[in-house]
Amino acid sequence: MSLESVILSKVKESPFDTRELSEKLKLDYNKLIQAIKSLEYKKVLECKIKVLNEIVLTESGKKCLTAGTPESRMFESIPENGIKKSELMKIFGREGQPTFGQCMKCGWIRSEKIETKEQEQEKEQPKQKGKKKKKQRPDLMLFRKVEEINDLVLEDLKIIHDRMSEKLTKKTLDILKRRKLITTIQTKSFVVSQGPEYEKYTTTQKIEYQTCLKKGMLQKNNWKSHTFKKYNFKSLGVPTKGGSLQPILKVRSEMRKAFLEMGFEEMKTNRYVESSFWNFDALFQPQQHPARDAHDTFFMKNPKKAKQIPEELMEKVKTTHETGGYGSIGWRYKWSEDESRKNLLRTHTTAVSSKTLREISKEPFRPRRFFSIDRVFRNETLDATHLAEFHQVEGFIIDKNLSLGDLIGVISEFFGKLGMEKFKFKAAYNPYTEPSMEIFAFHNGLNKWIEIGNSGIFRPEMLQPLFSGTRFNDYKEDVNLSVIAWGLSVERPTMIQYQIQDIRNLVGHTVDLQMVKKGPICRLGFPRKVIKEKKKEEEIKKEKN
Amino acid sequence: MPTVAIKKLELFEALGKTYTDEEFEQLCFDFGIELDDIEEEIENEEKVIIYKIDIPANRYDLLCIEGLARSLRIFLGLQEPPVFKVKERLSETHKITVLPDCAKIRPFVVCAILKDITFTEKNYKSFIDLQDKLHHNICRRRKLVAIGTHDLDKIEGPFTYEALLPSEINFIPLNQTKKMNGEELMKFYESDLKLKHYLHLIRDSSVYPVIYDKNRTVLSLPPIINGEHSKISLKTKNVFIECTALDLTKANITLNTVITMFSEYCSEPFTVHPVDIKYPNEKIVSTPNFDCVSFEVSLNYVNKLIGINIDADKMSELLHKMQLEEIKEKRTVVYSNKKEIEQEEEEEEEEKEEGGKKEIVDYLLTVKAPPTRSDIIHACDVAEDVGIAYGFNNIVRTTPKSNTIGGVFPLNELTELLRYEIAQAGYTEALTFALCSHDDCFKKMRVEDNGKIAAVIENAKSQMFQIARISLLPGLLRTRVESDHLKLPIKLFEVSDVVLLDENSEIGSKNERRCAGFYSGTTDGFEYIHGLLDRIMEVLEVPCDLEGEKTEAYYIKETDHPSYLPGRCASVFYRHKQVGYLGVLHPEVLINFNISTPCSVLEINLEEFL
Repeated sequence: MSLESVILSKVKESPFDTRELSEKLKLDYNKLIQAIKSLEYKKVLECKIKVLNEIVLTESGKKCLTAGTPESRMFESIPENGIKKSELMKIFGREGQPTFGQCMKCGWIRSEKIETKEQEQEKEQPKQKGKKKKKQRPDLMLFRKVEEINDLVLEDLKIIHDRMSEKLTKKTLDILKRRKLITTIQTKSFVVSQGPEYEKYTTTQKIEYQTCLKKGMLQKNNWKSHTFKKYNFKSLGVPTKGGSLQPILKVRSEMRKAFLEMGFEEMKTNRYVESSFWNFDALFQPQQHPARDAHDTFFMKNPKKAKQIPEELMEKVKTTHETGGYGSIGWRYKWSEDESRKNLLRTHTTAVSSKTLREISKEPFRPRRFFSIDRVFRNETLDATHLAEFHQVEGFIIDKNLSLGDLIGVISEFFGKLGMEKFKFKAAYNPYTEPSMEIFAFHNGLNKWIEIGNSGIFRPEMLQPLFSGTRFNDYKEDVNLSVIAWGLSVERPTMIQYQIQDIRNLVGHTVDLQMVKKGPICRLGFPRKVIKEKKKEEEIKKEKN
Repeated sequence: MPTVAIKKLELFEALGKTYTDEEFEQLCFDFGIELDDIEEEIENEEKVIIYKIDIPANRYDLLCIEGLARSLRIFLGLQEPPVFKVKERLSETHKITVLPDCAKIRPFVVCAILKDITFTEKNYKSFIDLQDKLHHNICRRRKLVAIGTHDLDKIEGPFTYEALLPSEINFIPLNQTKKMNGEELMKFYESDLKLKHYLHLIRDSSVYPVIYDKNRTVLSLPPIINGEHSKISLKTKNVFIECTALDLTKANITLNTVITMFSEYCSEPFTVHPVDIKYPNEKIVSTPNFDCVSFEVSLNYVNKLIGINIDADKMSELLHKMQLEEIKEKRTVVYSNKKEIEQEEEEEEEEKEEGGKKEIVDYLLTVKAPPTRSDIIHACDVAEDVGIAYGFNNIVRTTPKSNTIGGVFPLNELTELLRYEIAQAGYTEALTFALCSHDDCFKKMRVEDNGKIAAVIENAKSQMFQIARISLLPGLLRTRVESDHLKLPIKLFEVSDVVLLDENSEIGSKNERRCAGFYSGTTDGFEYIHGLLDRIMEVLEVPCDLEGEKTEAYYIKETDHPSYLPGRCASVFYRHKQVGYLGVLHPEVLINFNISTPCSVLEINLEEFL
């Protein structure tokens, strides 16, 4: 007989309790419930949940059933001629003292004081003044008081084991509970009775349902003769297996795509260790600038110094720092070659931009656009918003007579591709750009302006030494070359996009791979969703009007 | 970026105008500073609202309420820019002689005198705060410049700036009662929470810098502390200011900042009296130096750089708002265009062109930067100020018209494409740090460091970042440790750079693009990692040659590597060159990383497959 027919016949007799039934017929409880639930879904059965507080034996309670209660065991272990209490305690260990108490309470054993020699001596010699002896507890000699014992506790436990705890008083139960021999557990079961469809279901002919379309049915072409089991659509499917890409790197891919769409060439940024010269000096960043502090920058112990720096360029950079030129008065300090040779982990990818500019200065001029997305390093201790390394995004354009208006325009286009719409710009300071602007975008979801990047026009003091001959930013010329640039990090917009508070949940080995696996495809543009919703609302309003 | 904390009410009083927080935030934004935070403090049982304002790192003139309020008032057109004047020397004795030994420790000093100043509790506090701010920023924690201020009426010129043995210097330091010599003083301030950070600047020098007056009274022991004798107070009327320095430019900027800010409270505002500095080479310099640096800019240049089109008068007005003075001169400028540029483009403007030269009617502006504006060092700084005064957000957006063609960096493109393939093969991407501890790459991986492999960091704050990684594996192992809650097997990969020392590189090290795969399950799963290698080679179109005879093919060969289980490690060869390893990780490595399941890994150098 199938499980279903067992259930149906049982419920015909009378409503039953699922636990009782499974125990009685030795049925697998989970399978039973599954079968009942599927019948309940078809309204053949009705289920009512029943919560039962049941008193059962604990592990030590169960032990009593086979080995006797501790107090009976203690009674048994007292020989005819008695035993020292200390020795008895050794046998019973931690259980000893409470069990002893139990025996005394039952009146099964009696005790006699015994006096050790020391104590005898003590009695004879009155206490010496000033000397306090450690008071020793007198040992006891224990004897059986009765011939045979009547272990009531064991009887009680047997009653509970037979599930008749209702026969016992609350007081008894409390005592047993306190002794941790019994405990209360909550069990849930269902009381199953006939449902509205019961009659119809049991009287109509049984159909064998098919769970799925099978290959054989197609081969035999008999699929029409089968009835398919109703599929439970209120459930999830089987999870797919497969790999996934890291969320930050998905954003990196999208940003890379945005640049490529806009005609930017990717720079060779595969070099983490850089000289101070390329990272700072060539960018007109003075040697006493706070960013060059060991506090902020990782300097290298090995390789400590850069071996090769183009000499004529170094001379030009030195002059520009010390005395200026090209219309600049320079930083006016003594420039140190040794300082510029110090190797470090690049603090920005602009180190690569200056190298790229140096490369293209050797070719005939044509307008160019470049970008890079790669790691940069800062000497920070990790916390929720700081990492010692992050991905910097950088783009620049070199062309004739580029203006701040062009920079604002191209930034708007780039960030527009990342899904942002409203921008504003604030003056800022940066040693190698002038004018410099911080970029803010309006976040529709958070309903506020958020700083998203930095930008500026490269200073002539930075560019001029890299390009011999060509003039940058010279008021005497009508046509000037200029370089407009901007930068941001990959991490920050990603944190905003995915509403992640702790950067360590997004980068590094502490990232939850489950999050990576469940990560959505990257459709950049944090306000997109919200904007869509707002537009919908507006449309609805219009229609109403 | 320095932050200044200013009481809202005091600021509005100084501005002569009241704002809502939002309005003031907007004003800050337009001016190029940032209202970072608004805090409430309880002072004398009264609520005081404090504005925390972020100031650009090169605007030392905005580090106190005097300068900030003044600049904003001028920006708003509520006030004319002040004209700063250096008056005549008050006395022949106002000179300081620099003795030759100072060159050994702190060669420069610049001085100035503020006459008949009126201190109030408010401006006195601001005076002290500004010095603190300057010490922290431009003075680089007193290393480059240290400021000392003294009550002129308690000291007597001429002064000397000397460098003496520590034991020879004896005086009562500021706010102390006991005389100490240089050595005692160093000991005494070891435990001082504030001053102990500056002691190292001179401590180990054979001589310490010191300033004396005519009567051998110590004014200060820069950059540590002033003397008690010349201490200034609310009652001080005449202030002697000295700045000793390693960097003369910064000393001048520091001095100018202090006096341009606080000469406002002199009986004759914005004036200052000079002091002669006599250097060992007998050269006498008078400080402060208010000689303005002039920058020539043209109207056309500024308009083009900012992307606006304003006339000369409007530009004067905007410059004025930023405290810049200018002299206009209308002239026809002849531009000699560079040939290379000329080939590219012919500007369509109303101008005469003659043989590669064109003439435009333009204005030449000679712009003077006042002593408060040390940040202006080139014409482009002037242009930026015009931009700010015009309003960055009023500039019309344009886009560069030139056509350019994008392009990828082949190594990155290969990386990008391969990542998708490996993820499709069922591996999840990790993104681990490029920096790690030395143990992670060596001891834990059972690899000996011969000092010729890894790039080592000198000054890392954290043990986590001692070297640049030489392998992607430690990062993946650490990721595995954090993934104990996931179902087995765990399959990971990363395509990223490692750093290796390289004698031939101009800096001494190079990056190498690696591709690493990782499998961890109840069994070591070597066959899966092997399969991943085959799949990677398949998509790279590299055929397999099990015999290892063909050149344009890959094969693997058993090898020994300390990180791998003996007998379960192979080298990957491509074009007969070893490009990586794969195998079962050594159980000791697993124990070292606290991993409880067997792991197989693969790591190859991707650059060989370009």
